[in-house]
Amino acid sequence: MASMIDIKRRKVSIQSTQQITKAMKLVSTVKLQRAKVRAEQSKAYFDCMYETVTSMLARVGHSEHPYLKPASSGKKAVIVITSNRGLAGGYNSNVIKLVTKGGMKKEDLVIYAVGKKGRDALARYGYEIRGDYSDMIEEPQYADAMRLANEALAAYESGEIGEIYLAYTVFKNTVSHVPTLLKLLPVETGAEDKNGEKAADEEKQAPMNFEPEDDEALDLIIPKYVTSLIYGGLVESAASENGARMQAMDSATSNAEEMIGSLTLLYNRARQGSITQELTEIIAGAEAIS
Amino acid sequence: MAEGNRFTLKIITPDRIFYEGEATMVEFNTTEGEIGVYKAHVPTTVIIAPGVLTITDGEEQKEAALHSGFVEILQDKVTIMAEVVEWPKEIDLQRAEEARERAQERLAGKAPGTDVARAEAALRRAMARINAVK
Repeated sequence: MASMIDIKRRKVSIQSTQQITKAMKLVSTVKLQRAKVRAEQSKAYFDCMYETVTSMLARVGHSEHPYLKPASSGKKAVIVITSNRGLAGGYNSNVIKLVTKGGMKKEDLVIYAVGKKGRDALARYGYEIRGDYSDMIEEPQYADAMRLANEALAAYESGEIGEIYLAYTVFKNTVSHVPTLLKLLPVETGAEDKNGEKAADEEKQAPMNFEPEDDEALDLIIPKYVTSLIYGGLVESAASENGARMQAMDSATSNAEEMIGSLTLLYNRARQGSITQELTEIIAGAEAIS
Repeated sequence: MAEGNRFTLKIITPDRIFYEGEATMVEFNTTEGEIGVYKAHVPTTVIIAPGVLTITDGEEQKEAALHSGFVEILQDKVTIMAEVVEWPKEIDLQRAEEARERAQERLAGKAPGTDVARAEAALRRAMARINAVK
Protein backbone atom coordinates (compact mmCIF):
# COMPACT_ATOMS: atom_id res chain seq x y z
CA MET A 1 0.00 0.00 0.00
CA ALA A 2 1.25 3.42 -0.92
CA SER A 3 2.17 5.69 1.93
CA MET A 4 -0.30 8.27 3.16
CA ILE A 5 1.86 11.14 2.02
CA ASP A 6 2.07 9.79 -1.54
CA ILE A 7 -1.68 9.38 -1.78
CA LYS A 8 -2.28 12.84 -0.42
CA ARG A 9 0.15 14.40 -2.88
CA ARG A 10 -1.53 12.67 -5.78
CA LYS A 11 -4.96 13.79 -4.61
CA VAL A 12 -3.90 17.43 -4.38
CA SER A 13 -2.43 17.32 -7.86
CA ILE A 14 -5.62 15.86 -9.32
CA GLN A 15 -7.66 18.45 -7.49
CA SER A 16 -5.73 21.31 -9.08
CA THR A 17 -6.09 19.72 -12.52
CA GLN A 18 -9.79 19.45 -11.89
CA GLN A 19 -9.94 23.14 -11.09
CA ILE A 20 -8.34 23.92 -14.43
CA THR A 21 -10.64 21.65 -16.42
CA LYS A 22 -13.64 23.08 -14.61
CA ALA A 23 -12.61 26.62 -15.49
CA MET A 24 -11.96 25.64 -19.11
CA LYS A 25 -15.37 24.07 -19.29
CA LEU A 26 -17.01 27.27 -18.07
CA VAL A 27 -15.06 29.38 -20.54
CA SER A 28 -15.95 27.17 -23.49
CA THR A 29 -19.59 27.09 -22.41
CA VAL A 30 -19.73 30.86 -22.65
CA LYS A 31 -17.88 30.85 -25.95
CA LEU A 32 -20.17 28.15 -27.25
CA GLN A 33 -23.24 30.25 -26.49
CA ARG A 34 -21.81 33.13 -28.51
CA ALA A 35 -20.69 30.94 -31.39
CA LYS A 36 -24.05 29.20 -31.45
CA VAL A 37 -25.91 32.47 -31.81
CA ARG A 38 -23.63 33.44 -34.68
CA ALA A 39 -24.10 30.11 -36.39
CA GLU A 40 -27.86 30.42 -36.10
CA GLN A 41 -27.92 34.00 -37.36
CA SER A 42 -25.94 33.16 -40.43
CA LYS A 43 -27.96 30.06 -41.19
CA ALA A 44 -30.72 32.01 -42.94
CA TYR A 45 -28.21 33.37 -45.41
CA PHE A 46 -26.79 29.98 -46.34
CA ASP A 47 -30.13 28.27 -46.68
CA CYS A 48 -31.25 31.05 -48.97
CA MET A 49 -27.96 31.01 -50.87
CA TYR A 50 -28.11 27.26 -51.28
CA GLU A 51 -31.69 27.35 -52.54
CA THR A 52 -30.98 30.09 -55.02
CA VAL A 53 -27.88 28.44 -56.38
CA THR A 54 -29.46 25.00 -56.70
CA SER A 55 -32.51 26.40 -58.47
CA MET A 56 -30.20 28.37 -60.75
CA LEU A 57 -28.10 25.33 -61.55
CA ALA A 58 -31.17 23.21 -62.15
CA ARG A 59 -32.02 25.71 -64.87
CA VAL A 60 -28.66 26.09 -66.55
CA GLY A 61 -27.95 22.38 -66.02
CA HIS A 62 -25.33 21.36 -68.57
CA SER A 63 -23.44 24.60 -68.85
CA GLU A 64 -19.89 24.62 -70.15
CA HIS A 65 -19.03 27.15 -67.51
CA PRO A 66 -15.61 26.50 -65.92
CA TYR A 67 -17.10 26.50 -62.43
CA LEU A 68 -19.41 23.64 -63.34
CA LYS A 69 -17.61 21.28 -65.65
CA PRO A 70 -15.22 18.63 -64.34
CA ALA A 71 -11.73 19.96 -64.00
CA SER A 72 -8.72 19.09 -66.11
CA SER A 73 -6.07 19.40 -63.42
CA GLY A 74 -5.64 16.46 -61.08
CA LYS A 75 -4.63 18.63 -58.15
CA LYS A 76 -7.08 19.07 -55.35
CA ALA A 77 -7.20 21.82 -52.78
CA VAL A 78 -8.61 21.14 -49.34
CA ILE A 79 -9.51 23.90 -46.95
CA VAL A 80 -9.05 22.30 -43.54
CA ILE A 81 -10.76 24.03 -40.64
CA THR A 82 -9.48 23.00 -37.21
CA SER A 83 -8.78 24.86 -33.99
CA ASN A 84 -5.73 26.74 -32.80
CA ARG A 85 -5.77 25.07 -29.42
CA GLY A 86 -6.03 21.49 -28.29
CA LEU A 87 -7.89 19.87 -25.41
CA ALA A 88 -11.02 19.54 -27.46
CA GLY A 89 -11.39 15.77 -27.46
CA GLY A 90 -11.41 14.25 -30.92
CA TYR A 91 -12.40 17.47 -32.64
CA ASN A 92 -9.15 18.13 -34.49
CA SER A 93 -8.11 14.57 -35.20
CA ASN A 94 -11.51 13.78 -36.69
CA VAL A 95 -11.13 16.53 -39.27
CA ILE A 96 -7.53 15.53 -40.01
CA LYS A 97 -8.61 11.91 -40.49
CA LEU A 98 -11.05 13.06 -43.15
CA VAL A 99 -8.11 14.32 -45.16
CA THR A 100 -5.62 11.53 -44.49
CA LYS A 101 -8.08 8.65 -44.77
CA GLY A 102 -10.40 10.20 -47.33
CA GLY A 103 -8.99 8.15 -50.17
CA MET A 104 -7.18 11.09 -51.78
CA LYS A 105 -3.54 10.78 -52.74
CA LYS A 106 -1.12 12.83 -50.71
CA GLU A 107 0.76 14.07 -53.78
CA ASP A 108 -2.42 15.44 -55.33
CA LEU A 109 -3.40 17.57 -52.38
CA VAL A 110 -2.62 21.11 -51.44
CA ILE A 111 -3.84 22.29 -48.06
CA TYR A 112 -5.24 25.65 -47.13
CA ALA A 113 -5.07 25.40 -43.38
CA VAL A 114 -7.30 27.28 -40.98
CA GLY A 115 -6.26 26.37 -37.45
CA LYS A 116 -2.79 25.59 -36.14
CA LYS A 117 -3.61 22.05 -35.02
CA GLY A 118 -4.63 20.91 -38.47
CA ARG A 119 -1.75 22.74 -40.11
CA ASP A 120 0.87 21.18 -37.84
CA ALA A 121 -0.54 17.67 -38.03
CA LEU A 122 -0.83 17.70 -41.83
CA ALA A 123 2.62 19.23 -42.24
CA ARG A 124 3.97 16.42 -40.08
CA TYR A 125 2.32 13.85 -42.34
CA GLY A 126 4.05 15.49 -45.29
CA TYR A 127 1.18 17.31 -46.98
CA GLU A 128 1.84 20.46 -48.95
CA ILE A 129 0.57 23.44 -46.98
CA ARG A 130 -0.25 26.24 -49.40
CA GLY A 131 -1.57 28.81 -47.01
CA ASP A 132 -2.10 29.37 -43.31
CA TYR A 133 -5.12 31.33 -42.19
CA SER A 134 -5.11 30.29 -38.56
CA ASP A 135 -5.93 33.75 -37.26
CA MET A 136 -9.43 33.70 -38.72
CA ILE A 137 -10.91 30.87 -36.66
CA GLU A 138 -11.00 32.84 -33.40
CA GLU A 139 -13.54 35.40 -34.60
CA PRO A 140 -14.70 34.38 -38.08
CA GLN A 141 -15.52 37.43 -40.18
CA TYR A 142 -17.09 37.40 -43.62
CA ALA A 143 -14.16 39.41 -44.96
CA ASP A 144 -11.80 36.62 -43.86
CA ALA A 145 -13.80 34.04 -45.75
CA MET A 146 -13.69 36.32 -48.81
CA ARG A 147 -9.91 36.54 -48.62
CA LEU A 148 -9.53 32.78 -48.43
CA ALA A 149 -12.13 32.17 -51.15
CA ASN A 150 -10.46 34.63 -53.51
CA GLU A 151 -7.08 32.94 -53.18
CA ALA A 152 -8.51 29.47 -53.69
CA LEU A 153 -10.60 30.66 -56.65
CA ALA A 154 -7.61 32.35 -58.24
CA ALA A 155 -5.69 29.06 -58.10
CA TYR A 156 -8.74 27.28 -59.53
CA GLU A 157 -9.16 29.72 -62.37
CA SER A 158 -5.53 29.56 -63.36
CA GLY A 159 -5.97 25.81 -63.76
CA GLU A 160 -3.45 25.04 -61.07
CA ILE A 161 -5.97 23.08 -59.06
CA GLY A 162 -8.94 21.18 -60.39
CA GLU A 163 -11.13 20.71 -57.36
CA ILE A 164 -11.73 22.50 -54.10
CA TYR A 165 -12.90 20.73 -50.96
CA LEU A 166 -13.81 22.01 -47.53
CA ALA A 167 -13.10 19.86 -44.47
CA TYR A 168 -14.93 21.18 -41.45
CA THR A 169 -17.19 20.16 -38.58
CA VAL A 170 -20.94 20.53 -38.90
CA PHE A 171 -22.56 21.85 -35.74
CA LYS A 172 -25.74 19.82 -35.36
CA ASN A 173 -26.40 20.68 -31.74
CA THR A 174 -24.45 21.19 -28.55
CA VAL A 175 -23.49 17.53 -28.19
CA SER A 176 -23.37 16.37 -31.79
CA HIS A 177 -20.73 17.57 -34.25
CA VAL A 178 -20.11 15.81 -37.53
CA PRO A 179 -16.80 16.11 -39.37
CA THR A 180 -17.63 16.64 -43.04
CA LEU A 181 -15.79 16.83 -46.33
CA LEU A 182 -17.68 19.06 -48.76
CA LYS A 183 -16.93 19.58 -52.43
CA LEU A 184 -17.01 23.28 -53.28
CA LEU A 185 -15.87 23.33 -56.88
CA PRO A 186 -16.73 22.34 -59.49
CA VAL A 187 -20.32 22.62 -58.35
CA GLU A 188 -22.10 19.35 -58.87
CA THR A 189 -25.24 20.03 -60.79
CA GLY A 190 -28.27 18.06 -59.77
CA ALA A 191 -26.79 17.42 -56.35
CA GLU A 192 -29.76 18.20 -54.17
CA ASP A 193 -28.92 15.98 -51.27
CA LYS A 194 -28.85 18.66 -48.58
CA ASN A 195 -32.41 19.89 -48.67
CA GLY A 196 -33.73 18.68 -51.95
CA GLU A 197 -37.40 18.94 -51.10
CA LYS A 198 -37.10 22.57 -50.21
CA ALA A 199 -35.76 23.58 -53.60
CA ALA A 200 -38.72 21.95 -55.25
CA ASP A 201 -41.35 24.38 -53.96
CA GLU A 202 -43.21 27.11 -55.81
CA GLU A 203 -40.10 29.11 -56.64
CA LYS A 204 -38.95 26.52 -59.12
CA GLN A 205 -42.15 26.64 -61.10
CA ALA A 206 -41.71 30.27 -61.98
CA PRO A 207 -39.13 30.58 -64.76
CA MET A 208 -36.36 32.82 -63.51
CA ASN A 209 -34.77 35.54 -65.59
CA PHE A 210 -31.21 36.58 -65.13
CA GLU A 211 -29.75 39.98 -65.53
CA PRO A 212 -27.02 39.84 -66.76
CA GLU A 213 -27.10 36.60 -68.78
CA ASP A 214 -26.70 33.15 -67.24
CA ASP A 215 -22.98 32.71 -67.68
CA GLU A 216 -22.14 36.16 -66.46
CA ALA A 217 -24.45 35.76 -63.48
CA LEU A 218 -22.78 32.46 -62.65
CA ASP A 219 -19.40 34.18 -62.80
CA LEU A 220 -20.54 36.54 -60.10
CA ILE A 221 -22.74 34.30 -57.99
CA ILE A 222 -20.60 31.16 -57.72
CA PRO A 223 -17.71 32.96 -55.94
CA LYS A 224 -20.25 34.39 -53.50
CA TYR A 225 -21.65 30.92 -53.04
CA VAL A 226 -18.19 29.51 -52.31
CA THR A 227 -17.42 32.36 -49.94
CA SER A 228 -20.64 31.84 -48.05
CA LEU A 229 -19.96 28.11 -47.71
CA ILE A 230 -16.49 28.81 -46.37
CA TYR A 231 -17.86 31.38 -43.95
CA GLY A 232 -20.52 28.90 -42.88
CA GLY A 233 -17.82 26.30 -42.37
CA LEU A 234 -15.82 28.70 -40.22
CA VAL A 235 -18.76 29.68 -38.06
CA GLU A 236 -19.98 26.13 -37.60
CA SER A 237 -16.50 24.84 -36.87
CA ALA A 238 -16.00 27.54 -34.25
CA ALA A 239 -19.22 26.48 -32.56
CA SER A 240 -18.27 22.79 -32.82
CA GLU A 241 -14.81 23.46 -31.40
CA ASN A 242 -16.23 25.02 -28.28
CA GLY A 243 -18.88 22.35 -28.00
CA ALA A 244 -16.27 19.61 -28.29
CA ARG A 245 -14.02 21.31 -25.77
CA MET A 246 -16.90 21.76 -23.36
CA GLN A 247 -17.72 18.06 -23.56
CA ALA A 248 -14.08 17.01 -23.22
CA MET A 249 -13.57 19.23 -20.20
CA ASP A 250 -16.81 18.06 -18.67
CA SER A 251 -15.78 14.43 -18.81
CA ALA A 252 -12.27 15.34 -17.61
CA THR A 253 -13.80 17.07 -14.59
CA SER A 254 -16.01 14.10 -13.75
CA ASN A 255 -13.09 11.70 -14.24
CA ALA A 256 -11.07 13.78 -11.80
CA GLU A 257 -13.98 13.65 -9.38
CA GLU A 258 -14.01 9.87 -9.63
CA MET A 259 -10.26 9.57 -9.10
CA ILE A 260 -10.38 11.86 -6.10
CA GLY A 261 -13.15 9.69 -4.67
CA SER A 262 -11.16 6.48 -4.95
CA LEU A 263 -7.99 8.16 -3.69
CA THR A 264 -9.86 9.47 -0.66
CA LEU A 265 -11.00 5.93 0.07
CA LEU A 266 -7.45 4.66 -0.29
CA TYR A 267 -6.14 7.43 1.92
CA ASN A 268 -8.66 6.72 4.67
CA ARG A 269 -7.88 3.05 4.50
CA ALA A 270 -4.16 3.72 4.80
CA ARG A 271 -4.79 6.05 7.74
CA GLN A 272 -6.97 3.47 9.49
CA GLY A 273 -4.37 0.81 8.77
CA SER A 274 -1.62 2.84 10.38
CA ILE A 275 -3.77 3.56 13.46
CA THR A 276 -4.61 -0.12 13.81
CA GLN A 277 -0.97 -1.03 13.49
CA GLU A 278 0.05 1.49 16.14
CA LEU A 279 -2.60 0.21 18.54
CA THR A 280 -1.52 -3.38 18.02
CA GLU A 281 2.06 -2.40 18.74
CA ILE A 282 1.12 -0.53 21.94
CA ILE A 283 -1.04 -3.41 23.20
CA ALA A 284 1.63 -5.94 22.37
CA GLY A 285 4.21 -3.77 24.18
CA ALA A 286 1.97 -3.42 27.25
CA GLU A 287 1.37 -7.17 27.34
CA ALA A 288 5.06 -7.88 27.16
CA ILE A 289 5.72 -5.70 30.21
CA SER A 290 2.96 -7.15 32.41
CA MET B 1 -51.30 52.94 -50.36
CA ALA B 2 -53.60 50.01 -50.75
CA GLU B 3 -52.69 46.80 -48.98
CA GLY B 4 -52.61 44.89 -52.23
CA ASN B 5 -49.52 46.70 -53.47
CA ARG B 6 -47.21 45.45 -50.78
CA PHE B 7 -44.77 42.60 -51.03
CA THR B 8 -42.44 40.87 -48.60
CA LEU B 9 -38.92 42.19 -48.47
CA LYS B 10 -36.12 40.28 -46.83
CA ILE B 11 -32.55 41.52 -46.64
CA ILE B 12 -30.12 38.91 -45.37
CA THR B 13 -26.42 39.27 -44.67
CA PRO B 14 -24.05 36.55 -43.48
CA ASP B 15 -24.18 37.84 -39.89
CA ARG B 16 -27.76 38.91 -39.45
CA ILE B 17 -31.17 39.47 -40.92
CA PHE B 18 -30.82 43.10 -41.86
CA TYR B 19 -34.44 43.82 -42.67
CA GLU B 20 -37.59 41.79 -42.82
CA GLY B 21 -40.97 43.33 -43.53
CA GLU B 22 -43.36 44.68 -46.10
CA ALA B 23 -42.66 47.28 -48.73
CA THR B 24 -44.42 48.86 -51.68
CA MET B 25 -41.27 49.55 -53.62
CA VAL B 26 -37.58 48.88 -53.33
CA GLU B 27 -34.88 50.60 -55.37
CA PHE B 28 -31.23 49.67 -55.74
CA ASN B 29 -28.32 49.71 -58.12
CA THR B 30 -27.46 46.63 -60.18
CA THR B 31 -24.72 45.78 -62.64
CA GLU B 32 -27.21 46.66 -65.37
CA GLY B 33 -28.22 50.02 -63.89
CA GLU B 34 -30.54 51.29 -61.21
CA ILE B 35 -33.88 49.56 -60.87
CA GLY B 36 -37.02 49.92 -58.80
CA VAL B 37 -39.15 46.91 -58.02
CA TYR B 38 -42.92 46.90 -57.40
CA LYS B 39 -45.10 43.96 -56.55
CA ALA B 40 -45.69 41.38 -59.27
CA HIS B 41 -42.38 41.90 -60.97
CA VAL B 42 -41.24 39.22 -63.40
CA PRO B 43 -39.12 36.66 -61.50
CA THR B 44 -35.55 37.83 -61.94
CA THR B 45 -32.17 37.47 -60.34
CA VAL B 46 -29.90 40.50 -60.53
CA ILE B 47 -26.41 41.27 -59.29
CA ILE B 48 -25.90 44.26 -57.04
CA ALA B 49 -23.56 47.13 -57.77
CA PRO B 50 -22.63 49.54 -54.96
CA GLY B 51 -25.36 52.11 -54.47
CA VAL B 52 -28.14 53.41 -52.28
CA LEU B 53 -30.94 51.06 -51.31
CA THR B 54 -34.30 52.74 -50.81
CA ILE B 55 -37.16 50.89 -49.19
CA THR B 56 -40.54 52.56 -49.64
CA ASP B 57 -43.51 51.44 -47.59
CA GLY B 58 -46.44 53.77 -48.22
CA GLU B 59 -45.29 57.19 -47.09
CA GLU B 60 -42.34 55.86 -45.19
CA GLN B 61 -38.88 55.69 -46.71
CA LYS B 62 -35.75 54.02 -45.45
CA GLU B 63 -32.31 54.24 -46.96
CA ALA B 64 -29.17 52.17 -46.63
CA ALA B 65 -25.87 51.69 -48.42
CA LEU B 66 -25.79 48.40 -50.31
CA HIS B 67 -22.42 47.25 -51.65
CA SER B 68 -22.50 43.76 -53.00
CA GLY B 69 -24.56 40.64 -53.28
CA PHE B 70 -27.49 39.60 -55.41
CA VAL B 71 -31.24 39.89 -55.41
CA GLU B 72 -33.88 37.31 -56.09
CA ILE B 73 -37.10 38.96 -57.23
CA LEU B 74 -40.28 36.91 -57.18
CA GLN B 75 -43.89 37.99 -57.72
CA ASP B 76 -44.66 38.78 -54.09
CA LYS B 77 -41.30 38.40 -52.44
CA VAL B 78 -37.93 40.07 -52.85
CA THR B 79 -34.87 38.57 -51.19
CA ILE B 80 -31.67 40.56 -51.10
CA MET B 81 -28.64 38.42 -50.35
CA ALA B 82 -26.31 41.20 -49.35
CA GLU B 83 -22.67 40.67 -48.52
CA VAL B 84 -22.32 44.20 -47.19
CA VAL B 85 -25.17 46.55 -46.30
CA GLU B 86 -25.28 49.39 -43.76
CA TRP B 87 -27.88 51.71 -42.28
CA PRO B 88 -26.91 55.40 -42.43
CA LYS B 89 -26.38 55.45 -38.67
CA GLU B 90 -23.72 52.78 -38.99
CA ILE B 91 -21.74 54.74 -41.54
CA ASP B 92 -18.77 56.85 -40.61
CA LEU B 93 -19.29 59.82 -42.95
CA GLN B 94 -15.88 61.31 -42.39
CA ARG B 95 -14.15 58.05 -43.19
CA ALA B 96 -16.24 57.62 -46.33
CA GLU B 97 -15.32 61.12 -47.50
CA GLU B 98 -11.65 60.50 -46.87
CA ALA B 99 -11.92 57.27 -48.82
CA ARG B 100 -13.60 59.14 -51.68
CA GLU B 101 -10.80 61.69 -51.82
CA ARG B 102 -8.14 59.02 -51.74
CA ALA B 103 -9.80 57.10 -54.54
CA GLN B 104 -10.25 60.24 -56.64
CA GLU B 105 -6.61 61.15 -56.16
CA ARG B 106 -5.51 57.73 -57.21
CA LEU B 107 -7.69 57.85 -60.31
CA ALA B 108 -6.60 61.38 -61.24
CA GLY B 109 -2.93 60.73 -60.52
CA LYS B 110 -2.68 57.95 -63.13
CA ALA B 111 0.52 56.84 -61.49
CA PRO B 112 1.85 53.66 -63.07
CA GLY B 113 0.83 50.62 -61.12
CA THR B 114 -2.46 52.10 -59.99
CA ASP B 115 -5.08 49.43 -59.73
CA VAL B 116 -7.78 51.35 -61.57
CA ALA B 117 -10.50 48.77 -61.02
CA ARG B 118 -9.83 48.72 -57.31
CA ALA B 119 -9.75 52.48 -57.01
CA GLU B 120 -13.01 52.73 -58.93
CA ALA B 121 -14.65 50.13 -56.72
CA ALA B 122 -13.46 52.03 -53.64
CA LEU B 123 -14.82 55.26 -55.08
CA ARG B 124 -18.20 53.69 -55.78
CA ARG B 125 -18.40 52.25 -52.29
CA ALA B 126 -17.52 55.60 -50.74
CA MET B 127 -20.11 57.38 -52.91
CA ALA B 128 -22.79 54.87 -51.94
CA ARG B 129 -22.06 55.47 -48.27
CA ILE B 130 -22.08 59.26 -48.63
CA ASN B 131 -25.29 59.24 -50.65
CA ALA B 132 -27.02 56.99 -48.15
CA VAL B 133 -26.25 59.36 -45.29
CA LYS B 134 -27.39 62.49 -47.16
